[in-house]
Amino acid sequence: MDLNQYLDIFLEESKEHLQTINNQLLELEKHPANIEIVNEIFRSAHTLKGMSATMGYEDLASLTHQMENVLDLIRNEKLNVTTNLLDIVFRSVEYLEEMVLSISEGGDGKKDVKEVVSLLIKIEKGEEYSLPTNSEEQKSPEHTYDSYEITILQQSEEQGYTPYEVNITLRQDCLLKAARVFMVFEVVEGMGEVIKSNPSVDLLEEEKFDNSFQITMVSKEDVSSIKEKIMKVSELEKVSVNKLDTQLLADFQGESSVEVAVEEITAAQVEAAPTTAVLEKNEEKTTPVKGTPGSNKTIRVSIDRLDGLMNLFEELVIDRGRLEQISKDLNEPELIETVERMSRISNDLQNIILNMRMVPIETVFNRFPRMVRQLARDLGKKVDIEIIGAETELDRTVMDEIGDPLVHLLRNAIDHGIEIPEIRSRNGKPEEGKITLKAYHSGNHVFIEIMDNGAGISKEKVLNKAISKGVISQQEGERLSEQEVYQLILSSGFSTAEVISDISGRGVGLDVVKNTIESLGGKITIDSLEGAGTTFSIQLPLTLSIISVLLTEIENEKYAIPLSSIIETAIIKKEEILTAHNQEVIDFRGKIVPVVYLEKVFDVQKQQVEPPDFYSLVLVKKGEKIAALVVDSFIGQQEVVLKGLGQYLNSTFAISGATILGDGQVALIVDCNALIK
Amino acid sequence: MEATEKKLKLIVFELQKEEYAIPVQQVRSIEKLLPITRVPNVPPHIKGVINLRGVITPIVDLRTRFNLEEKVKTDASRIIITVVDEQEVGFIVDAANDVVDITEDQIEPAPEVVGSVENKYVQGVVKIDKRLFVCLDLNEILQLDQSKD
Repeated sequence: MDLNQYLDIFLEESKEHLQTINNQLLELEKHPANIEIVNEIFRSAHTLKGMSATMGYEDLASLTHQMENVLDLIRNEKLNVTTNLLDIVFRSVEYLEEMVLSISEGGDGKKDVKEVVSLLIKIEKGEEYSLPTNSEEQKSPEHTYDSYEITILQQSEEQGYTPYEVNITLRQDCLLKAARVFMVFEVVEGMGEVIKSNPSVDLLEEEKFDNSFQITMVSKEDVSSIKEKIMKVSELEKVSVNKLDTQLLADFQGESSVEVAVEEITAAQVEAAPTTAVLEKNEEKTTPVKGTPGSNKTIRVSIDRLDGLMNLFEELVIDRGRLEQISKDLNEPELIETVERMSRISNDLQNIILNMRMVPIETVFNRFPRMVRQLARDLGKKVDIEIIGAETELDRTVMDEIGDPLVHLLRNAIDHGIEIPEIRSRNGKPEEGKITLKAYHSGNHVFIEIMDNGAGISKEKVLNKAISKGVISQQEGERLSEQEVYQLILSSGFSTAEVISDISGRGVGLDVVKNTIESLGGKITIDSLEGAGTTFSIQLPLTLSIISVLLTEIENEKYAIPLSSIIETAIIKKEEILTAHNQEVIDFRGKIVPVVYLEKVFDVQKQQVEPPDFYSLVLVKKGEKIAALVVDSFIGQQEVVLKGLGQYLNSTFAISGATILGDGQVALIVDCNALIK
Repeated sequence: MEATEKKLKLIVFELQKEEYAIPVQQVRSIEKLLPITRVPNVPPHIKGVINLRGVITPIVDLRTRFNLEEKVKTDASRIIITVVDEQEVGFIVDAANDVVDITEDQIEPAPEVVGSVENKYVQGVVKIDKRLFVCLDLNEILQLDQSKD
């Protein structure tokens, strides 16, 4: 059987189930005694296991299976829910998500899950367990080697090398961690060969580790000389070198427990199935358990089909326009009435079609609570996250883009905003910080706000840093309003972090966030009160496919200028255009603004050579910069459906797309960003 | 050369009294002339874009592309909508004439001089009775870079 055709469905549904598991786990953490929630998780995990086993993703199935066993114990009240236990379950879910992601990216969904599986088995057997924390105490050779690595270690031992496990801890104040790692590696490679590192080299290079890491190496030198040589690298706090016993490793690997899990799957699948049906009824009691997927009836439709529908519908709208014109000309009451009715119906239809592309922002917001939880734990902070307005709907295309910027802002809020508990209580605040994520509609826009009640932004620090980094000059800095100062942290190459931390402030700054949002036609503003917290507010258009434009005319050609870049329009006398440095400019409320003749940019064939007495100007902005575009006349404001020019004409200068007007003609959309340098 | 004769269907159109052909698989539809919106700052042979049932489609004038003299469009003028590398592009031609069936081995390499069309756009020629068709290579025609200067 060809399973490929089911892959999309499998992926969609797995994601849904993982999301449910995630939400319910967070819920469980708040109400550890609520068996109803465990049932919910169990059901999703069970379905997921069945699906992945059918699709042949063994690793996925075995991990889910093991997780299910633990859940089963909790469900039957043989096991209590503890933070420690939840940590491990969360970690499992994280792994499951990674596997699903790898499958969706065309991978095989395989992953080394031995560690977590063995922990889950320990829980099941009632043995001692704890999630290895990556900061302290990793003395014993706890981290595992696969058979290939063990073979290498054994072979090199036969050739007279000795395998060592080296633990290196960097000093807390180490500034360039990646550079130290590199230096350590260089030293180590001078003495022998690196077999493995933990975390992996990629992660080390990206500084994705706390302060310590581990290298497994083979060398002919002895323990003390290895240690001594590595210690020569500066900013190291501690280096410990242990000899590895390969025999022990091999034994350990032999009894590794994953195989057991896989075998049990088929049996468990049958045995656990009937439980689902029973549970549906007694749902009302106890704390709210959120709606299960499938309770509201939906079908999946591909965006392509919706686009097709939309295209056809536009044709209909164009014909409607013609009909309206004809009925007006004929002035036949019955015809007018019918056409009016048709117009109303097609308006409603248009709304429905547009709404089909809308998805609740929930799908993005849902993944945040766990991320916040994890991040807060990593940083030793206490953070609660509140989500308001998750049902707010947004166009699918916008949704796909907005996830990453939000992650960035949330990380920023936790990392730089919320203080550590000690400082908070010293400042008379509750130890637990709070982040509020809020979404709502207003007019034709969606607003997303990220509020934290943390330390707020220090205006002075931002200013000083901006000046020292050369983002602005001293004089400029003095003139800026509070708002404008906050905006500075969004400029490129700027990071408010005093110390570069692991979580954010690494190379990529908030400027990426700003760029993404602006490319979506949105805006981001910052409000802050020192000591009380910061609010990032993002304004986004409801949909990318429909925009408001000002339609203008140059000779016989029509050009649409997006309203989002227009400041205002003006008609000025010929004499008001001045020249400075061979560049024509106007004085716009005390600001010198360059004049751009669209007819020249677009090479329009002009009938009339004589310059007119009056110029029609459209003042457009790009960031802080303004330009005045000269057109022949304004036609009016209109909502248009944005369309691409297609691959072939993709990189046309100063044209960002096209739209179809009421008469069926194509009008080009001006890309103001390209016109302002 | 394979012995099996692969059958081909060609759409035949006219340009400056010559007959040209493209494989029917590459043709989506043949349209009468539609209003074209000029797109600024593109090579001269790209006439602009049209609204083809809700889809913005670029239009190439084959006469300009082949450096033939421009001709006033007539009732016979047609836009042949083609699909090349998954993108739709329309070509303006003087007239769309015919559909012919040939076998692959009937295509002969192009002689050095074929009308005034540059050789790189030509895949080969087909001779049926007394008619001669020039088979075009649409991919080559759409290459933007060679035409910019």
